[in-house]
Amino acid sequence: MRARRTAFLWLCIAPAVVLFVIFMAIPTGNVFRLSLFQRSTFQPEETFVGLQNFRTLLQDKIFIRSMQNTLLLIVAVTLFTMGGALIFAGILTGQKLRGQNFFRVVFYIPNILSVVVISGIFSAIYDVDKGLLNSILQLFGHEGILWKGEQYVIASLIIAMVWQALGYYMVMYMAAMAAVPKSLYESAALDGAGGITQFFKITVPLIWTNIRTTLTFFIISTINMAFLFVSAMTGGGPNNASNVTLLYMYNQKNLGGGYGYAMAIGVVLFLVSFGLSALVNRFTRRETPQY
Amino acid sequence: MKRIGSLLLVCALVIGLFTGCRSNESKSGALKVAAIETAYGAQMWQEVCKAFTEQTGIEVELTTDKNLEDVISGPMQNGEYPDVVHLATGRPAGLTEQMIKQKALYPLDKVLESTVPGENKKVSEKIAGGFTDTSLTNPYGDGKTYLAPMFYSPCGLFYNQKLFTEKGWTVPTTWEEMWELGDKAKAEGIALFTYPTAGYFDAFFFALMYSIGGAAFFDKATHYAEGIWDSAEAKTVFSILDKLASYTHEKTPAQANNQDFTKNQLMVMQNEALFMPNGTWIVGEMAQAESTLTNEFAWGMTALPAVNSNGAGYSFCWFEQAWIPAGAESKEAAEQFIAFLYSDKACEIFANTPIQSESGTTVKSNAIQPVLGIADKLEGNNKLFFSIYDNGAKAAMGGFAAFKEIPGIDISTVFFQPIDSLVAGTLTIEEYVTNIKTASDQMRANLLQ
Repeated sequence: MRARRTAFLWLCIAPAVVLFVIFMAIPTGNVFRLSLFQRSTFQPEETFVGLQNFRTLLQDKIFIRSMQNTLLLIVAVTLFTMGGALIFAGILTGQKLRGQNFFRVVFYIPNILSVVVISGIFSAIYDVDKGLLNSILQLFGHEGILWKGEQYVIASLIIAMVWQALGYYMVMYMAAMAAVPKSLYESAALDGAGGITQFFKITVPLIWTNIRTTLTFFIISTINMAFLFVSAMTGGGPNNASNVTLLYMYNQKNLGGGYGYAMAIGVVLFLVSFGLSALVNRFTRRETPQY
Repeated sequence: MKRIGSLLLVCALVIGLFTGCRSNESKSGALKVAAIETAYGAQMWQEVCKAFTEQTGIEVELTTDKNLEDVISGPMQNGEYPDVVHLATGRPAGLTEQMIKQKALYPLDKVLESTVPGENKKVSEKIAGGFTDTSLTNPYGDGKTYLAPMFYSPCGLFYNQKLFTEKGWTVPTTWEEMWELGDKAKAEGIALFTYPTAGYFDAFFFALMYSIGGAAFFDKATHYAEGIWDSAEAKTVFSILDKLASYTHEKTPAQANNQDFTKNQLMVMQNEALFMPNGTWIVGEMAQAESTLTNEFAWGMTALPAVNSNGAGYSFCWFEQAWIPAGAESKEAAEQFIAFLYSDKACEIFANTPIQSESGTTVKSNAIQPVLGIADKLEGNNKLFFSIYDNGAKAAMGGFAAFKEIPGIDISTVFFQPIDSLVAGTLTIEEYVTNIKTASDQMRANLLQ
């Protein structure tokens, strides 16, 4: 009876396991294997080169620059998005604001727009002569800024990416905040705690599990989103000033070092994103408060 | 009820999962042709395939797409090749370059010697002189043609003719005159130069090398000869580039991306900059913007200025390529198809198929095949552009020699993209040249023989 039960259980999970192995485990394993080979995109011959691809990567200036850009985007976009989302969620749930639902919808809209549409919108916002930002600057007597020039291109990407992601996480945090019992705030208010103290002492600790989970997801998704935004907005230019690792990997597959080299970039990125997520997970671990 | 609902949902999901696994059904025995859809439109390809079937009785299965690489490269990696591919070099995805580097192209010697279907002339007799002798068609320098030249277009410096008439300026024929004009324009708040994206410097760079050192220097430089970048000719090339960077509109690099490059093109039309390197397709590309201009405007095109008054101006002749993958199944039919592309019938279809422009008006496709005597049949702007070689400019043709894959190094990254930084002032000409020399050494060591 027991054996039949075990066999039945195995049978139940078999489809999922098979799909996982075919679509996840084997391709991921292949990325690691191919990174040790030299292989052209359209020819199946593979030459084993050991760690040569990784040694070349260390001297590849564009790779290093694209990695720096990726890390900068991860840190800056995460900080601004998470911080902003928390603050706005706090304001919208804590205060009795008129038109709360209106704001919720307005903040959420960028998230349902496609990246291509967003890049079109920001192309207009960043326009040197007639753009929204430069018009405001000129109103205050400043000279216009070349938003997509080498100096400011990363800042331009950060603004667009934060604008796109903020609403989604705000709505997530608002849902989490709604679950915090009102009585806690009432008793804190009786003890003389103001809005800001309540936010940091009650709200943030009680939704900490949500913040942790979203943070890990967000770091991974920023790597992917950066590829989309850069491809649509700048193509990595001017002169690779806004290139990011995923885009560089994608282009190397076709233009430079072939499949093997591209996979070596993929391995480095895989390890970096994995490591970052592990670090974030480790350093944000807290006891969940009981109430 | 709820159970039935969830069951249906699960079924839908499972079916959805497997729809992607549908096998690629194709007409058996049909010739598979894949062609990139560019500003010339896709309609002309459909017409040409129809005419080919009428002429030869061979069925054609046509694939056209604006991002053709995304459509065909997946199946190609699995060994399913189209029989004929029309896709030029110099595209960001670099598929044609990959095929060259991997020696995965089928030689076209038999095509050149064959008779054009439905006519009595050989293909080699129809193609205009020089087109099948360049490194773009004979990438390995072994005297064999692997890529068929298609749709040519003279490239040069484009400008607003009306502005020149209004100011009484003349179009410069030497670089000295160019700098003088640059200073005059600067005084009026107009920049001398702009460019759509740094990638447009390929045609410019090649014509510049020709005008300074002629074919001998061009050949050596494009084969990365040792010490070539220290030669007097190369120094002149770099000093002109450096000076030109200082005369370039400061907005240019910030707009030199696929999203905003038309803003750079618009600067020439709105009299913010005088010249830009471009090709004849610009007229169709900016047709919609032309109607929104508040200033007087008419396209003008000139060859690159000569180094001195004794020298000649050069205009790079840009053309696309069609090729047969070595892995193609129906090679004989593919050879017939390529030969047919040079028939009078096909040339007529390529040049005159009506297409809907972005502004809603109907225009001609205007894809001009490099066959003898075709320029006589052109009208309007095209007559002006294509007669540039009749008016004294010399034709520059060719490109950088192909080399094996080198991680992190490709032509655009080394030669053209850094021009954005030269203009922005974040890279010095010395650093630019040093980078070229280092990369050039590796390219030479990896040249494909």
